[in-house]
Amino acid sequence: MTFAGVFSYLVFFLIFAGIYAVMTMALNMQRGFAGLFNIGIAGFWAVGSYTSAIMTKGPSPDHLGGFGMPFIIGLLAAGLISALVALLVGIPTIRLREDYLGIATIGIAEIIRLVIKNEAWLSNGVRGISAIPKPMAGSFGSNYNLFFLLIVVLIIALFYYLSEKGINSPWGRILRAIREDEEVVKAVGKNVVRYRMEAFILGAFMMGVGGALYAHFTSFISPEAFRPMQATFLVWIMLIIGGSANNFGSIVGAFLTWGIWTGTEFLTGMLPAAYTTQAAAIRVILIGVFLELILLNRPQGLFGEKKYSSASTTADG
Amino acid sequence: MVLQLFLNGVILGSIIALGAIGLSLIYGILKFGHFAHGDLMTLGAYFAFLFKVQLGLPFWLAFVLAALLTAGTAILLNLILYRHLKKRDSVIVMISSVGAALIIRNLVLLFWGPQNQFYEKAIQMPIVLAGGLLRIKENQIIILVLALTLVIAVHLFLSKTKMGKAMRAMSDNIDLAQITGINTEKVIIWTWAMSGVLTAAAGILLAFDTHLTPVMGWNLLLPLFAAVILGGIGSPYGAMFGGLVIGISQEMSTLIISAAYKPAVAFTIMILMLIIRPSGLMGKKV
Repeated sequence: MTFAGVFSYLVFFLIFAGIYAVMTMALNMQRGFAGLFNIGIAGFWAVGSYTSAIMTKGPSPDHLGGFGMPFIIGLLAAGLISALVALLVGIPTIRLREDYLGIATIGIAEIIRLVIKNEAWLSNGVRGISAIPKPMAGSFGSNYNLFFLLIVVLIIALFYYLSEKGINSPWGRILRAIREDEEVVKAVGKNVVRYRMEAFILGAFMMGVGGALYAHFTSFISPEAFRPMQATFLVWIMLIIGGSANNFGSIVGAFLTWGIWTGTEFLTGMLPAAYTTQAAAIRVILIGVFLELILLNRPQGLFGEKKYSSASTTADG
Repeated sequence: MVLQLFLNGVILGSIIALGAIGLSLIYGILKFGHFAHGDLMTLGAYFAFLFKVQLGLPFWLAFVLAALLTAGTAILLNLILYRHLKKRDSVIVMISSVGAALIIRNLVLLFWGPQNQFYEKAIQMPIVLAGGLLRIKENQIIILVLALTLVIAVHLFLSKTKMGKAMRAMSDNIDLAQITGINTEKVIIWTWAMSGVLTAAAGILLAFDTHLTPVMGWNLLLPLFAAVILGGIGSPYGAMFGGLVIGISQEMSTLIISAAYKPAVAFTIMILMLIIRPSGLMGKKV
């Protein structure tokens, strides 16, 4: 492989890892900071992808569209609709035990998949949506992917900054206190359910944006593109490896896990072409065993839980 | 039409009920949602395929061997994974069961391939009842009889044997059960064994009614959880009833909505239950 080939592959790799880093930070907001159990990440991902695709594309006879909005509006809409879905799932379940939310998120992810598959007027059904516009397409020539990587990095930086700021604010302190001891927080008169709901919605917003980035980068989305458990599962592994409640760990965990996941592709790529199905299965088994080993042997992940200051730096909220 | 859908619902419902009993007991005793339950069901069905079709054993023997092997797998999962993780946060145990689910599903995919498989290739002519209003296949009668037999066996086990009573006691109140001197470790192993047997039975009966695919159990996970929540977590009788309700509602729903949205019915019932009465029909307060 030439140097240029390696470089362009690296950029490609970093974009995907970066999109996963967005997802992992989003899950960290929900699980790491608020203790929420979301195993329907693929659902929020799909909502974000489809929303942005529909918002930004020109008219098409195949599906809802024709809004032709700019990229940035697509991202925002993706985040907002995904947040709305989180609100709807959260209302009945977030006040209950954590496992109910888990089951409900699997359910909503499944329903989203069914809607995308069956409502052809909306999403072109199983044929999917193609030719999703890329921002500033046509500029930068062969360096376009480098430009897209820059967008991904900017979004990661923005989310990182906002999460850190949020978690160090009075709001974040209460959130962390809820995770430590819910009863105490209730006793001081805070509405625990509201704080949880806010973390869930914020995380879902970030997942929606991540989904939108994915749609614009790949230009094509279909219900089959969202192997639901696989995407969800990878994000969970990334979070667990990085260490819960640790944004920096989340990002490193995402890049590391994506590296391992890509590595298994090289490994199984050595099998003859007739064994593609088997190769795909072996990859998932390997990553599954990897997760179980981490859970059993290094539950705190590589970086453990970040210690945030409990000192009050601003007026109490 | 209505009658036929009802019958189909009862068949699906008894299969869901069989799977849900074990899921509910595990949930009640070990306090976590076992997300690999659906895939354990798939595994049981493929074990039976191995014995019946690939090794040519009689159906009843294949059934028993598959049930035992699945029970063994369930005990093994507990031994190498859940037992070590349960001291920690229940989310960790649940995510580990999601991992186990993926591993099992892909092992099935690896060994038996993605294509549909059948226990028997012959097409059965349905028996026509009630002047053409109702059609039922011979296999479906066998499914109903087997499911009923198993449910009665579970009932006798839970109400008459010491182990069964201990299981219910632990599911009801684990601290109280420990004080009364119940050997909790032993009860936990028995719970996994019983769940494994019932889950395998559910998988085999489902495959017997339709066919085998690597995602068959995964597709039933949501209805299983819906049945458990509807009946009340930890209540085996609630799970049987919940399974029937979910099965019948899913089939009857096709009168009003597109069959493509059948899986959404279980979800809707579950959410409604969580809003109205999160403890379920026969469960304790959560």
